[in-house]
This record gives sequence, structure tokens and C-alpha cells, in this order.
Amino acid sequence: MITTTGLTKVYRSRGREVTALDGVDLHVREGEVYGVVGQSGAGKSTLIRCVNLLERPSSGTVTVAGQDLTALAGRGNRAGAELRKARSRIGMVFQHFNLLSSRTVQSNIELPLEILGVSGKERERKALELLDLVGLADKAKAYPGQLSGGQKQRVGIARALAGDPKVLLSDESTSALDPETTRSILQLLRDLNQQLGLTVLLITHEMEVVKTICDSAALMKGGRVVESGTVSELLATPGSELAAELFPVGGEPSGPDRTVVDVTFHGDAATQPVISQLSRTYNIDISILGAAMDTVCGKQVGRMRIELPGRFEENVVPIGFLREQGLQVDVADVKTPAPADELLKDGAK
Amino acid sequence: MTWAEMQPLLQNACLDTLFMVWWSTVYTILGGLPLGILLVLTDRGGLLQNVVVNKIVGVVVNLGRSLPFIVLMVWLIPFSRFVVGTSIGPSAAVVALAIGAIPFFARLVETALREVDHGLVEAVQSMGGGTWTVIFKVLLPQALPSVIAGLTTTIIALIGYSAMAGAVGGGGLGNLAIVYGYQRSETGLMNITIVLLIVIVTLVQLAGDLAVRTLARRGGRQAAPVGLRRLFAPARTTAKPVATVPAQAEAPEAAKLS
Repeated sequence: MITTTGLTKVYRSRGREVTALDGVDLHVREGEVYGVVGQSGAGKSTLIRCVNLLERPSSGTVTVAGQDLTALAGRGNRAGAELRKARSRIGMVFQHFNLLSSRTVQSNIELPLEILGVSGKERERKALELLDLVGLADKAKAYPGQLSGGQKQRVGIARALAGDPKVLLSDESTSALDPETTRSILQLLRDLNQQLGLTVLLITHEMEVVKTICDSAALMKGGRVVESGTVSELLATPGSELAAELFPVGGEPSGPDRTVVDVTFHGDAATQPVISQLSRTYNIDISILGAAMDTVCGKQVGRMRIELPGRFEENVVPIGFLREQGLQVDVADVKTPAPADELLKDGAK
Repeated sequence: MTWAEMQPLLQNACLDTLFMVWWSTVYTILGGLPLGILLVLTDRGGLLQNVVVNKIVGVVVNLGRSLPFIVLMVWLIPFSRFVVGTSIGPSAAVVALAIGAIPFFARLVETALREVDHGLVEAVQSMGGGTWTVIFKVLLPQALPSVIAGLTTTIIALIGYSAMAGAVGGGGLGNLAIVYGYQRSETGLMNITIVLLIVIVTLVQLAGDLAVRTLARRGGRQAAPVGLRRLFAPARTTAKPVATVPAQAEAPEAAKLS
């Protein structure tokens, strides 16, 4: 639905060059919620603004719904009629809502329809329908200044949907909201994604957002996408930084001669009570050092750090058992605390 | 001087002042608004970024603002004759007043438009809006309260300048005060003129404030008392918990051009 290839953006100011995007290839499938995460300055904002060409990429192409937008851009800074038409089919939601304070809520939602040249009656019908969809039917005549942050973002979403877009871009849309409001806005985005088949590309710095609604995610660092894929693909990737961020586990072994393994649950195996099976089958005691689990679509997804008694060599069979169950098992690289008695012996010498 | 003698003089002077201020205001809006918009759009990072146009317009505006008004008025005599067919009288004064006020108002419009959040411009662009849409649906409506406040300041400045219209035989209250009050020592007439000018300026300021307030309230902001009521309004001690938008900018002090 959204494809970028070799997207590069270089800012030039006073002879200095700053590379905000460095060859970004992104592929967002139709109907999925795709999250791009990264720290400030990683290029997320530039990326999303390049998708509807609010920012002109220095090189590379952007294709949205089969249409090569970069080819429509033309030269110069002004957007031609074709690009503007293409933009009207891409909704965008902003961190600071960007509602016009001089217009009522209804009139704000009508704005994109005015640009499209829709007649007055039709605009009103559509605006009220959208307000109903985002749960603000009673606020049509209010001004944005009278609404709370969450309500403003709902208006922002309704406005973004006015042109019946297939794609919704969300630029940190929940970053200015409190956690509870964030959840309700994410829920709304999820509902819209499912009800309308909307493809959502969102950027955020909150892992929680990705965890809550994203089907796929990408991690950006220094203008590059360093990891990307569906959430379970990422979990299945050994050493995936994004998976570790999404499902962070920690914990130190409780003593020497212990084997610490990280077990990653994804896919069908996650529904089996494997840990208790392991314990019963091999009659071993398992302690859980840390776990980050979530139930997504009825399946448990996440990671767990467990400790098995004995050295690694003694645990080859139980680890093999876990792997047979279709789980991904990594022996965690944690420092075993130096055995205290050996230290004492060394000291005695 | 008796009231019977003063009355026709005052009446004519009032009408002349109103005539000059009204028409010069109309032309100032027609000239200053587009210039102000142009200054913003052609600036670096603007929608129609164009360094050359921006520099030229900027220089012209600064030139217009740097000339003392009385000099501008006299200098413009040939131009007034060319435009309105005469170099004396209120019509000729209107030409000079408008040309003097256009750069002033253009700068105020520029400042007002710059205050508009760039995010709003971006939002409209992301909907597929072009430059005209941005100007008429975002910049002007959002900046309207500030533009009205700037216009109020400009009109009051114009009332002040119109006092110099006597230099080209424009008449008006200011001229009356100088000719009768100063040159003929008719203190009574001068005092009446001054009171009239104060009344006119106050009315304009109140009307401007009221318009700004009404527009600001439309945006759901908390309304502050208007004009004289401001003096008697009790100080607000309880802060509103939600949506405390900074109070609408007051009209800047009527700045003098020269």
C-alpha cells in the first residue's frame, strides 16, 4: 500500500549537510497498522512527511496505493494539482492536532471536503457521520478551544477521514495525550483499521503504542531502518533489538551453575502451557526471572527469561524439548556471579 | 469666538477628517493586506519562497516607513495630482495618507500572519490544499483578530496623520486646531477640537477591541472585559483548569511612524 525505495532526505543549511533519511526502504501492506519507532532525531518525522511529500525527498521514490507520488511532485516547492489530489486521498493526524481554532468542530471536518469541492449539504452530512464515528456527535458546534486533548485528536482523526482515504498517516498522534486517552485513541485507530480496512502508518517513540495496535513495526536509527517486519517476525529474529524493546526481559541468575535461557513465544506454540510441561516431563525446578507477555488476538506473545538448574551441558535435553515445541530459545548471555567459595580459596592461596 | 461661529467650522472639519480617514483606511486595507501576505509567503520557508520578491517588497515597505509623514505628503504632491487630478484638498490628502499607512499596515499584517501555527498550514497542505486555500482558509481566518487589532492601530495613526493634511489644504480637525487654536489663539476652539479627537480615537479603539473580543470568543476562548470595563473588572484569581489559551494580544500601542 505504501512503498518507499531508497528514500533519502538531506537538509542543507549554511553549507552544512544533515542527512535525515539515508536510503529508507519501507513496505506497508494493505490493511495493516505499521509502526515506525525510534528516538528523536532518528528521522521518523521526516519519513512520514516524505510519504505525502510535505517534505520533498532528495532522492528515492514513494508509492502510495500504486501511485508514484514522487513522479507527481514536479519541480519547485509548490505542489501541483495532481499531487494535491493524491494528498487528499491520504489522511494525516498530527501530534498537536492542528485544528483551526477559528472554526467549529464540524467546520474543521468539512475543510478537506471544501478543498475537494463537495457541496454544502453533502459536507454537513459527511461531517456529522464522521463525528458519530469518532464518538463526538454532540460536539459539532463546539470550538476546538472547548475540547480536551483526546476529543481534539478525535476531531483530527475525523477530519483525516473526510476524504475517504485508504491510508492514514499518524505523526505521533498520541504523544501529547495521557496514557488513558492514548489507549482510547489507539482503540479508535484499531477499530477504524478493522471497520474501514484503513492502512495506518504511524510513527511514535512509545513502544506501548506499537505493542497495542501494530501488526508490523520498523526501528529507525540515524536515518536508516535497522529492523522491520511483523511483530512475530521480529520476535522470531534472534537478537532483535525491537523485540527486546517491545518485550524487555531482565534478571540475573540466582547462583552459580545455573542456565539462563530466554524463551520467545509467538505463533501456535504460545497457546501450550510449555513451562509446566517441561517441569513435569524432566522433573526440574524452573524459576522465572523476568517476563514480558501480552495476549494479542487470543495468542500469547512475548518473551520470558527462565532459569534451569545446572550448567548448560546438563540442560541440553530440556532446551531441546522447548525448541521442539516451536519456541525460540536463546541461551542468555548473562554473567554468572563468580562462585563465592572459589574466590575465597583463591584469596587463601 | 461664539458657538455659532465655531459650529460650522467644527462640522466641516469633522466631516473632512472622517472622509480622509475612511477612504485612506479603505485603500490601506486594499494595499497593505496583499503586501503583508506577500511578505509572509515569499519569505524563506514560505509557500512561495522567493528571495528577490521578498527583498524588493521589504525594501519598498521600509522606505515608505522611514519617511516622516509630513515630508511624504509634500513629496507626493505631483503623484496626488496625477491620481486624483488635484494636489490640494481632502482627496489629495487621502492619497498621501494611504501611501503612508500601507507599509505600516503591511508590517502589522505580516506579524499577525506569522503568528499562525505552521502546523495548520501543513494540515491543510496534507488535505490537498493549495496556496490560495492556505491563504483564505487558514492564514486570514486564523490571524483575523490580530489583523483587526492592527487595523485599529492603523486607523488611529491615520487620525493622527490627518492633522498634517492641512499642509496640502486637506482640512480636518487637526488643521482646525492648528490654524485657529495655535495661530489665532482661539483656545476654546482648540480644546473642543481636542475633545472631539479624543472621542473619535476612543470610539475607534473600543470598536476595534470589541471586534477582536468577539472573534476571540468565537474560538472558545475566555472573553476579557472590553475597553473601559477593563478598568472596573475584578481581578481574576481563580485560574481556569482547562484550555487556558493566552489572552488575545492587545492592540500594540499606537506607534508613531515619524
